[in-house]
Parts: sequence; structure tokens; C-alpha cells
Amino acid sequence: MSFLSVEEVSRSFGGVRAVSGFRLDIGEGELVALIGPNGAGKTTVFNLITGVYRPDAGAILFRGKSLVGVPPHRIVDQGIARTFQNIRLFRDLTVLDNVRAAQFGRTPTTVWGALLRTPGCRRDERRVVDSSRAFLAALGLEGEAGTLARNLPYGRQRRLEIARALATRPALLLLDEPAAGMNPAEVEEMMELILRLRKEFSLTVLLIEHQMRMVMGAAERIVVLEFGETIAEGTPEEIRTNPTVVAAYLGGEVT
Amino acid sequence: MARRIPLPVWLAVGLVLALVLPETGWLSPYILLVITYVGINMILAVSLNLVNGYMGEFSVGHAGFMAIGAYTASVLTVWVFPRDASPVLFPLALLAGGAVAAVAGLGLAFPSFRTRGDHLAIVTLAFLMIVKSVLENMPSLGGPRGFMGMDKLTTLGWVFASVTGSVWLARNLVHSRWGRGVLSIREDETAAGLVGVDTRRVKVVVFTVSAFLAGIAGGLFAHAIQFINPRSFTLLKSTDMLVMVYLGGIGSLGGSLLGATVYTLVLEGLRPGLQSLGIAQEWRLVFAPLLLILLMLKRPLGILGFREFRFLVPRDEREKPGRQAERKTP
Repeated sequence: MSFLSVEEVSRSFGGVRAVSGFRLDIGEGELVALIGPNGAGKTTVFNLITGVYRPDAGAILFRGKSLVGVPPHRIVDQGIARTFQNIRLFRDLTVLDNVRAAQFGRTPTTVWGALLRTPGCRRDERRVVDSSRAFLAALGLEGEAGTLARNLPYGRQRRLEIARALATRPALLLLDEPAAGMNPAEVEEMMELILRLRKEFSLTVLLIEHQMRMVMGAAERIVVLEFGETIAEGTPEEIRTNPTVVAAYLGGEVT
Repeated sequence: MARRIPLPVWLAVGLVLALVLPETGWLSPYILLVITYVGINMILAVSLNLVNGYMGEFSVGHAGFMAIGAYTASVLTVWVFPRDASPVLFPLALLAGGAVAAVAGLGLAFPSFRTRGDHLAIVTLAFLMIVKSVLENMPSLGGPRGFMGMDKLTTLGWVFASVTGSVWLARNLVHSRWGRGVLSIREDETAAGLVGVDTRRVKVVVFTVSAFLAGIAGGLFAHAIQFINPRSFTLLKSTDMLVMVYLGGIGSLGGSLLGATVYTLVLEGLRPGLQSLGIAQEWRLVFAPLLLILLMLKRPLGILGFREFRFLVPRDEREKPGRQAERKTP
């Protein structure tokens, strides 16, 4: 049984087939990259897996359980977290509160416990704050706990998104262009960060990325998407030399 | 700086004042009524702020919850409770009023928050109209003539206790996972769901608590003026609440307390003010909507938007870098 298995999933918007007959199998602990030109349907795949969209056809199984029709927060509870291509932090909350908010599903505080601020509620809060600080520390953000998310520099906002995703305690982490807009040195740093976090939190990672440096350096397997369909799949070496991919996407960039 | 006086001391002093002041006869019944209004409006503003400020939705139906609380509490003290025991049982009547309003809130929240979107304003507007028509068409409750016979049970002591209790409940909720959930919904509902916030449940919970508080305020109101009719709970009442919330500051309990105080006093001050200028009293009714328009255009966050007084933050939250950390100065 594979960890995540996406079987023949299709989804159209109006007349446009964003994803068509898409298949993907990820084993536990793998780091897989999803690449393809803009508009190929990569983010749609993320939205289908995380329950933002419901597939028109096909099945999505995570640890053998179907995710189709499950609301997003329940999918998070099952252990899938993600970041966003266009950063979607809670901009007017502090860095710490961004991470605390992500532990909603990991906190048992009932409505009554919260209203009366029972000792149990306070204990939950303490635990949440402690673990939130630990997640911030893992991303090197501990010094900015009190900063409003909107005031963080771009690169640190990307890190905070990852911290927030980790706070939901995922087994599978979906990263949507974590290195977008970064210079080569920053890309390198982000790549090392992802590899470190993957080990530290025993994550399975599915990565959308345009930065070939990162894709080739980090991924064990690459899936290439074009016009909503998988056109190639393989190791970085295979993809690099695959004529279809080179024609469709990489062009002359890779030599 | 002088040593900080702990909050319980302030509360004890406040309670003693609330119990003793009316007995001294120093304050005219009018002044006492104005203070009572301030208290009631504080609860209403806190209640509405939970939905319009913290959650970022827009309810205009809170006068409806207030009406439900007012009629429920009144029916209990006039018809159900033995007359002599009513002063003692009054808090029960208030809680019952809040509970019935909360049930109505729950009933309204479930369908309203089923899908995403900004239709809460329309749903609550319809709800308010329904409450008013139902009350007008129930002869047993006095119909359009209204309901009376309540004793003046809303003492300053009960007002003080109710305000303290309401603010305490709201503060606790705001500083729990539910409060952070509701703030994350305000910020980005899709992202909130994708980091595990059960957005629908959070909204239903907060809306219900908000309705409960409005119901409590309704019970206090009914037993302060001893006469209620459906016209007491119109859109204009909801507008008053909106002004207090947006004046004091959204996402701030302290803002609501401030907004309620300032607005109530200004509105009362307009009575003699307009009279001395020879302007008809009807112009008071224009004041609230006009102020609301100005606030939304010029200062949508209000005086204390998303900032909080220290005493309204639970002790174990104070030392943490809070959302106020960077907003000390507006």
C-alpha cells in the first residue's frame, strides 16, 4: 500500500481540463517533485489532495483512506499539510499566533473549557505555546515570535509558512514553490532546510518547484505535468535526459 | 510608577460602588439609568464585536437576539417566578434569556455558515424582521403594544456583575483556540481550513456565544425600563451596536467597553445639547447612522482596533509577544 496514491484524477473548471487522468504514487519517506510549465495543473493537484477542490473523477487515498469529499481541516487532521505558492499567512497575527492557530486540530480544549478558562484549557495553551516556540526555533524564527507576520521579510514569511504547516504535525508535507523568487544562495539554503526538516520530522514531501537547482538537488523522483497530464516520471537523471520533457519544458536550459 | 493595583481589587471596588452608590441618593435616577445603559451597551458591543470584529463577518441582527433575551427574561419574572422571589431569581431569568437567544443564534448559524460568503448580513437582517413580526403577532406577549409588568430588577449591582461576567467569558474565548481560530478565519478563511481550523464549527460556536451575550443584555434592558415592545428592537438598535463596535475598535474588548461608554454618553448629551440649540430631538436618530458612515470611511479599525488593555488579557498571555506587541502606538 502506498502512502499517498492519486488515481486517475480529473478536474475541469468550466471547459478547461486543469488536471486529467492524473496518477501519482508516493511511498512513505519519499521526496517527490512535481514540475511543469505554468498552468500545467500543479497547484490544482495540491488543491485536490488537500480538499480545496473535489475531483470530478478518480480517487485519492492517503494511508489507504479516501480523501475525496473530506473537508480540508479533516485532511489536515489525517496528516497532510501544505504551504502556498502565493504566501497566505495570517498577516495581522503575530508570528507566534500564526503557528498557534495551526494547532487548532491538535488541541482538545472544549468550548466550555475555553469560556471558563479551566485549568485544562490553560494547560492546553501552555503546551501549544511551548510547541509553537519549538516549531519557530526549528525554522530559525524564534526571535521574531512577537512580530506581525506581515512585517517579516519575504524569505522569513516563506519559513513561517513552513513552520505553520509543521505545527499541524503532518506526515506528508506539500510545498508549493518554496523557493519562488529566491536567489541561488537562498535557494540552496531553502533546499538544505527542506532536507533537514524532512529528516527531523520524518516527513514525506511533495514539492512543486520551478527552480531546477532545487528539484534536481533534492528530489528522488520527479513527475512532469503538462496541460494537466503526466508526460514523464523518473529520477532526476532520467528526467534530465528525457526528450519529451526537454522538448516540452526544460528546452535548452539543461545541458 | 506606582505599583499596579491588581484587577480583583478594582472589581471589588467597582462592585461595592455599584451596590452602595444607588443607596446614597447622590445620583439622580436619570444618571443611574444612563450608567445602566452604559453597562448594557458594553455587553452588546462586546457581543457584536465577536462576530463583526474578531470573525470579520457582518451581523445586523443582534437586536433580534436582544429581543429574545428581553422577552424570555420578562416572561419568567412576570409570569413564572413568584413575585417575591424575583429579585433573587433575576440572574436565572437573565441566563435563561441568554440561553434562548443562544439557541436562536445556533439555529441561525448552522445554515448561514454552511457555505462561505458574505450573506450573513442579509440572513441576520431577515432574522431581525422575523423576530419583530413574530413578537408583533403574538397577542399573549402584548403584540405591538408590548409587554410590561416587570419590576425594576436591573440594579447597578446586577449590571456590574453581568458586564464583568460577559467580558470575562468573551476574553476567555478570544484567548483560546477558538479565538485564534476565529481570527485566522478573519485573516484568510481558506488558509485557516488548510491548517486544520474547523472553520464552520468555530464560526457557529462564536456566533452562538455572541447571541447569548446579546440575550443577557436584552434581559437587563427589559428590567431597567420595565416595558418592552417589538419597536424597541429594530434595525436602529443594531445600528447603535455597530457604531459602538466600530467606534471603539474591532477585535478589541477594551475598544467595545470604550465605544459603548463614549457613544452612550454622547447620545445622552445630545438631548440637552440639541434642545439648547433649538434643534428637534429627532436629529438624534440621524446621528448614529451618520457616525457609522464616517467611521467606516475614515477609521474602519476604530479607536482601539486590534489593541487591548492589559487587564483584558489573561495573566498567562500577558508576557507572551501578543498581537498588541507592535501596535502600542496607532
